[in-house]
Amino acid sequence: MSQPSNLPRWATLWLMPALNLFAALLVSGLVITLIGEDPVECLQLMINGAFGYPEGIGYTLFYTTSFIFTGLAVAAAFHAGLFNIGGEGQMYLAGLGVTLVCLGLDFLPGWVVIPLALLASMMFGAAWAFIPGYLQAKRGSHIVVTTIMFNFIASALMTWLLVDKLIMPGSQTPATRLFAESAWIPMLHELAANLGVELPQTPLNATFFLALISLVVFYLMVWRSRWGYTLRTVGLNEKAARYAGMPVSKVIIVAMCFSGALAGLAAVNELLGSTHRMNLAFTNGIGFVGIAVALMGRNHPFGILLSALLFGALTQGGLDLSFEKPAITHEMIILTQGLIILFCGALENLFQTPLALAFKQMTKR
Amino acid sequence: MHISKTRGIAAAVMLMTASASWAFVPAVVYDQAGKFDKSFNEAAYTGAERFKKATGIAYREAQIANEAQKEQVLRNLARRNVDLIVAVGFSFTQAVQTVAAEFPKVKFTIVDDVAKGANVQSIVFKEQEGSYLVGMAAGMASKSKKVGFIGGMDVPLIRAFGCGYAQGAKAADKKVEVISNMTGTTPQAFNDPARGGELARSQFDRGVDVVFHAAGGTGMGVLQAAKDKNKLGIGVDSNQNHLFPGFVLTSMLKRVDNAVYSIMMSGKDNSWKPGLVTMGLKEGGVDWAVDANNRKLISKDMEAKITQAKKDIVAGKIKVVDYRAGNRCPVQ
Repeated sequence: MSQPSNLPRWATLWLMPALNLFAALLVSGLVITLIGEDPVECLQLMINGAFGYPEGIGYTLFYTTSFIFTGLAVAAAFHAGLFNIGGEGQMYLAGLGVTLVCLGLDFLPGWVVIPLALLASMMFGAAWAFIPGYLQAKRGSHIVVTTIMFNFIASALMTWLLVDKLIMPGSQTPATRLFAESAWIPMLHELAANLGVELPQTPLNATFFLALISLVVFYLMVWRSRWGYTLRTVGLNEKAARYAGMPVSKVIIVAMCFSGALAGLAAVNELLGSTHRMNLAFTNGIGFVGIAVALMGRNHPFGILLSALLFGALTQGGLDLSFEKPAITHEMIILTQGLIILFCGALENLFQTPLALAFKQMTKR
Repeated sequence: MHISKTRGIAAAVMLMTASASWAFVPAVVYDQAGKFDKSFNEAAYTGAERFKKATGIAYREAQIANEAQKEQVLRNLARRNVDLIVAVGFSFTQAVQTVAAEFPKVKFTIVDDVAKGANVQSIVFKEQEGSYLVGMAAGMASKSKKVGFIGGMDVPLIRAFGCGYAQGAKAADKKVEVISNMTGTTPQAFNDPARGGELARSQFDRGVDVVFHAAGGTGMGVLQAAKDKNKLGIGVDSNQNHLFPGFVLTSMLKRVDNAVYSIMMSGKDNSWKPGLVTMGLKEGGVDWAVDANNRKLISKDMEAKITQAKKDIVAGKIKVVDYRAGNRCPVQ
């Protein structure tokens, strides 16, 4: 993101990601051809599965919602120069916050419980990110290492709680009991039914709007506020920030808490929006996908929206594809995701030099 | 010529209508561990394949990648006029209950947990009974009188294996000490042979000489370590005696393949019934394995005692405590 570029701005923002994506799809297509399927037909099935019918769109946007939150979480830390790999664990712990509120206070009406659960998700997520943030700021423990370790601690803690403490008595599945119905965040098809519009039943819920609002708030906080300016300064050059008298340690800790709180909101989408109970490993890699979403979206809310949509479409379209074509297994979808991450993240600047040359040629003429 | 052609067409039409009215379409849905997990899901797959071979009826299959997809996949199958959906694994309970209510004409079977519904069949296994038998074998075969248990992910189901095993080992010999370890707290714990090997070696260092694994793919590491250190391992789910002949004392069989096969067969000949089906020793759902590979490891005396225990369990004279009944185990 901070590499000096001799390309026009629009090319860096649009052309390069598009080329990277195209390259990833091309390689996936090759693999699909190798196993004897038609890549064009597969792509059509995938796009149709993700956007071709109302139910598909609902699922795509449901996944997109979670990916927006974890993507924003990674981006928030990234602007302070921190690589937060702990979104998974922060989201997991945030789920505990949501669960405790919903199980403990379910005698209260929904309009009290839901805001409290939202608040709890952000606080638990932030608290789980605070510790690595503090260790980084005050002790210099590397954030990448500590956040990864905190993912494991989170999963051990939650397994213990779910298997021994929060499990529904008499149940074999490590999951809590259902939350009271008043605490469920309304599904979109329910909201639409109130307006007289019939939508198919999907887990897409009102948290989606919260995700869209978060994108705007994120933009305003990072680019249009004084705090955001400090955040970005620390991220670009910590020494300069310190020299300018900015409280670097504090900025790092607050940035991590901000990041953890955003990751926490993804738990709201999953638990209050969809499953209505907490089960083991409900995070299921969403926190890790957030890293790819942020990288591909260049840590900008608009980019994150688009790349979250892409990964949401891959998840939903991929399922439909493997449904139609048994030869395309779930692993193939993961391969495609991996290739996209590889080309858009690790090989981000693959096409920079050839593109720059091409542009030079064009301007010469 | 003309007549035979018409007849041929008539026969073809009749065949078509016949096959249309008899078109039974079953489906299997695997959980996140995947179809080829060398354990539970794979056993279900084996059963479905056996059904396909025996009847020539193709089945649909699907694998989920996350929580939200469970309902989606079940719904998709139900909508495509699948007659019977077999959901593999306890994680499907909730989704099966929800979707079964939406599609009352479709039959649902869940393996390994109990789900409610008028069109839902639940298959559960008495893992504790099979584990009890291999526990006895371990208790009798152990020279150090220390036997080990290595579980996969720490969930009640796996604890039930460990608990039955401990009861069996103590029944064989009161002095036997059981050392148990769980591999981990994430689903990855079922697929980590390196860690399985490490846990087994550390148990051997503590004096264990027979180790039982209930850890899916992780168990491959456990059995390998037993062979490397010249100790005995005990396999799980399918008969694993052949993996390291002479080093696998026996295997605790959990016949998910048989279950899936017979569920599909019952769906085909219309004898499928909703409700709870418990598959213990009596029903052939669990068992222990003696074959050419471990014949030399099982003495006459051992076999006689285990066979007697098996009879007693079937007759109800020995009651093996199920960990899941009260979330506790009577022996440690």
